[in-house]
Amino acid sequence: MPQVTLTVNGSTHTVEVEARTLLVELLREKLRLTGTHVGCDTSQCGACVVHMGGDSIKSCTILAVQCEGADVTTIEGLAAADGTLHPMQEAFREYHALQCGFCTPGMVMSAIDLVNKHPAGLTEQEIREGLEGNLCRCTGYHNIVKAIAAAADVMHGKRSELARAAE
Amino acid sequence: MYEFAYHKPSSVADAVKLLSADPEARPISGGMTLLPALKLRLNKPSSVVDLSGIAELKGVRRDGAKIVVGALTRHYDIAASAEIKAAIPALAWMASTIGDTQVRNRGTMGGSVANNDPSADYPAALLALGGTIQTDRRTISADDFFTGMFSTALEMGELVTAIHIPVPEKAGYAKMKNPASRYSMAGVFVAKGPAGVRVAVNGAGANGVFRVAQMEAALAANWSVDAVAGVKLDASGMNGDIHGSAEYRAHLVTVMAKRAVANAG
Amino acid sequence: MNVVQPFEGIGASVRRKEDFRFLAGRGQYTDDINRPGQTHAVILRSPHAHAAISGIDVSAAKAMPGVVAVFTGPDMAAENIGGLPCGWQIHNKDGSPMAEPPHPVIAVGKVRHVGDPVAVVIAESKAQARDAAEAIVVDYAPLPAVATTEAALSAGAPLVHDGAPGNLCYDWHIGDKAALDAAFARAAKVVSFETTNNRLVPNAMEPRSAIGEYDTTSGDYTLYTTSQNPHVIRLLMGAFVLHIPESKLRVVAPDVGGGFGSKIYHYAEEAIVTWASAKVKRPIKWTAERTESFMSDAHGRDHVSKAELALDAEGKILGLRVHTLANMGAYLSTFAPCVPTYLYATLLAGVYTTPVIYAEVKAVFTNTVPVDAYRGAGRPEATYLLERLMDVAAREIGMDRVEFRRKNFIPVDAFPYQTPVALQYDSGDYFATLDQALESADWKGFEARRAAAAAKGKLRGIGISTYLEACGIAPSAVVGSLGARAGLYEVGTIRVHPTGSVTVLTGTHSHGQGHETTLAQLVADRLGVPIAQVDVVHGDTAKVPFGMGTYGSRSLAVGGSAMVKAMDKIVAKGKRIAAHLMEASVEDVEFDRGTFRVAGTDKTKTLTDISLAAYVPHNYPIDEIEPGLDETAFYDPKNFTYPGGCHIAEVEIDPETGKVSMVNFTAVDDVGRVINPMIVEGQVQGGVAQGIGQALLEAAVYDASGQLLSGSMMDYTMPRADDLAPVSVATHTTLCTHNPLGVKGCGEVGAIGSPPAVMNAVVDALKGYGVRHIEMPATPAKIWNIIHGGRAMAAE
Repeated sequence: MPQVTLTVNGSTHTVEVEARTLLVELLREKLRLTGTHVGCDTSQCGACVVHMGGDSIKSCTILAVQCEGADVTTIEGLAAADGTLHPMQEAFREYHALQCGFCTPGMVMSAIDLVNKHPAGLTEQEIREGLEGNLCRCTGYHNIVKAIAAAADVMHGKRSELARAAE
Repeated sequence: MYEFAYHKPSSVADAVKLLSADPEARPISGGMTLLPALKLRLNKPSSVVDLSGIAELKGVRRDGAKIVVGALTRHYDIAASAEIKAAIPALAWMASTIGDTQVRNRGTMGGSVANNDPSADYPAALLALGGTIQTDRRTISADDFFTGMFSTALEMGELVTAIHIPVPEKAGYAKMKNPASRYSMAGVFVAKGPAGVRVAVNGAGANGVFRVAQMEAALAANWSVDAVAGVKLDASGMNGDIHGSAEYRAHLVTVMAKRAVANAG
Repeated sequence: MNVVQPFEGIGASVRRKEDFRFLAGRGQYTDDINRPGQTHAVILRSPHAHAAISGIDVSAAKAMPGVVAVFTGPDMAAENIGGLPCGWQIHNKDGSPMAEPPHPVIAVGKVRHVGDPVAVVIAESKAQARDAAEAIVVDYAPLPAVATTEAALSAGAPLVHDGAPGNLCYDWHIGDKAALDAAFARAAKVVSFETTNNRLVPNAMEPRSAIGEYDTTSGDYTLYTTSQNPHVIRLLMGAFVLHIPESKLRVVAPDVGGGFGSKIYHYAEEAIVTWASAKVKRPIKWTAERTESFMSDAHGRDHVSKAELALDAEGKILGLRVHTLANMGAYLSTFAPCVPTYLYATLLAGVYTTPVIYAEVKAVFTNTVPVDAYRGAGRPEATYLLERLMDVAAREIGMDRVEFRRKNFIPVDAFPYQTPVALQYDSGDYFATLDQALESADWKGFEARRAAAAAKGKLRGIGISTYLEACGIAPSAVVGSLGARAGLYEVGTIRVHPTGSVTVLTGTHSHGQGHETTLAQLVADRLGVPIAQVDVVHGDTAKVPFGMGTYGSRSLAVGGSAMVKAMDKIVAKGKRIAAHLMEASVEDVEFDRGTFRVAGTDKTKTLTDISLAAYVPHNYPIDEIEPGLDETAFYDPKNFTYPGGCHIAEVEIDPETGKVSMVNFTAVDDVGRVINPMIVEGQVQGGVAQGIGQALLEAAVYDASGQLLSGSMMDYTMPRADDLAPVSVATHTTLCTHNPLGVKGCGEVGAIGSPPAVMNAVVDALKGYGVRHIEMPATPAKIWNIIHGGRAMAAE
């Protein structure tokens, strides 16, 4: 059986998998990191989005064996060791950008990649288009868009509405 | 998905050897088309040959009047490439509209070209720009390469290694996305370059990517939105499905052609 | 007054308690649970819409690697396993009961829709189970199929069930036909309208999942399942299907990733994994692939209706006649029969003083996935029919569509208002929500915006709907008389612990609605306990005494009211304990947010003083009161609740492509008292998104042979972020008069009010093209077809 060695949330794992095992199956079933979800079988919903080498990818559309040597971050790896939430997680909570929570991990991971790749900031339309790969059935996206805009300010070191709300 | 063997060669030669030895072997680069098909058990390869370890297949460079794109170059890298943005901004923009962010972070130009999905974006660009496809054994013009829906001139075991794209005088792209899948329902790439004035269409055709001679003639005579506005396509060669009839797609080709010309400037 | 600081009670936009675990990836959804020794199930499903099965050969599958067991319908039938029950019985016009054909858990002898279960494979891994499922050989003899209600009712149509002649489930009516005929006879104008309410796939983001586990030492069963109502599943599956007493069956619905109705019902897979876990003596997990969800989750809507509105010369409505065909699919899902009857036809008065209504509904079997309640359930269908008809009628009589509505509104002083179709509305002010919405949407400024859009080559339209719904489901006696086979009360337990923290046990279930926060706010508001010290427990029949679950916007109106009743008992008992401790008479003890006070004195005891005394009863009136401070209440509502309001949509159409873009949406809703404005706003936004999805994007499309053409997210258009526009949400409150909180419910209003507002806007945008009506969804291809002269479309 093939073996794959990869780093997940800072820890290195060597895991036996079938060649057909998907990264998301490795994460959920072998490493028990069940925060990464599967919401579809056509690579569209984005509930499974994780970061690999800093890019957001759909962990349902990559074989585990393709991740040899990769550096993967999942939703479980975002908060600081003391439990302090990432600014994107904090913004989702502040702006009520989640309801059932199922799409949330993928949505948060995609949102962070989106913000990281737009250092000059994002318009509302750019945020909406940037979420093309993530489906949410609960929120209507409006609060997700607001949360991402607020988190972008924090992540880019701007004084934000979020910071003002926290004060 | 069905179980298969997995190989990760580190050279083109090794990859070609693996693929040539086994007609049921499939190459994988980004896997954005292959993996969804495997997951739905639509495909049962004996082995999957992972090309991602072949460093020579990556990267974008300018070579005189051409842009050369390594087959494993991701859509994201094409969209972000300074060379491509400067030389063929329409191609960079096209790449930025393929799939979603996560597809662009994995999917590659070589994979998309070799697959020749009728709704894929690049084939229209390569056809309109007069690109050539370099493989492990030869170069093939885009005109000869795309031979029909999901069909190319590639032989068994033959690998796309790079894509050569002449820098045009001007080029533009516009597409209407399928509301559900977000693949192209009708996309039009217009270009004026070394290959002449060309108009190529993806998404709409019942037999894959195609050129529109009437529009090309009209644009060659008068490069303007109005020149293509009057060219109506026949619906008989178009796709029809629950998202739009053949007539609708034929109509969209004209609309997207107008917008592509406007985008080209 | 001892107000909790910061204020966390009723009216505060408290941030949600449950968010931390969801944001950290530590939610516990059913598929996240893994039991020791767990196996995996894959269901083999019919590829045919209708076929006879003459044989199933599972021998090759049983020999495949990792396979633990394979079971078929006959295996279950041999053990006297019951069919999946229907929870509602409708009666025909002639008083006879509806046709109620059997619904085997796994098909026996015949399959009736694509996706009908044929066999289950249980294996060590899901991939092995799937490999083996392909090795099962099923001998199908395909039969002619019917996919639409019209086809199913046509002469000589193939029968879905031998026991349902003409494919008719029921032929039902409501209202006074003779009075209606009289009203039409004196009408100055009759406006007719026909429409289809498009079939939808709920598509909660979490696919359904179930884990069955059997304890060989105790004989106890546990089912973990993606359910909105675990106690209902325990009742239905235990009593009717598997014959397991409640005491031996625990049903757990942990974190559930959205439901929208689709997770109310008792599904085959729940019974399969529970039953089979005792056969293989190991836990069994089944999780749907999304493509499987499309062919096994109950769908929604799918009505074909004709309506006629009788008007007098001044534009007052004299009567409404409606004839509706409702698609039930291949089998009766748990609550399917009530959706097009008591959740639909009773809503046809809307917010108007229509004096007479007569509605006939025929429910029809087809070779399609069962259809049941989806967000709004019957009420969106009624609202869409009525609010499109109002626009069509206004135009035909040449009256402004807003004035036409205003003219027919139920007056503010007419409540309680008895409609001609059974309901009695308790409160509402439709003028207020209308005026507020018109103002907020800048209705008056629209023509300038239309002109500005026209200058850019775009067609802009604005649409309105003034709607009402009946929810807070529901008074048991009323629904019982209407055919429900269950009560619809709710249960709440308030457990004050010795040191004053509180655990709430609720029979409702949160799958996104934020109950862990909102219900804690009720406790904070009444008992003065900070919400950080209030734990809300739901979704486990082993923990919560009983419950009917969450649907029909009932959690606060019914479940919250049960909590209030339980808190009343806590306060009453606390007063007796406080009276003893403060040496006062009970009548003199007052209570306000955590403090018991002897009236007119400064003698006080905190709730913690009282709870400590209750659990450490040293100085305690032990002869008069039991120790402990733990109270349960069952609350059965006196009436439905009646949220309502006004939605205004503004759209822009690209005439070249036909693409409709949402540019503005304004919702002003009366949902009764608002406990958490942030959560209410989120519920309305989400409901509106689903309504816009129905109006512009979504459709479950079958071909004539019963194949689902929109069978995956590649073909079924799910709303994405860039399909939607900001939704402005405001509330205007009139209180519900019959529940203790004054709440009405907010979960469904968005999906009910929005589709007609959007479609009225689309028709308005196209008014230059002489368009009277456009069917949902208003896809680009459909709009283009209308603009460009109605050329035939292959897809339509």
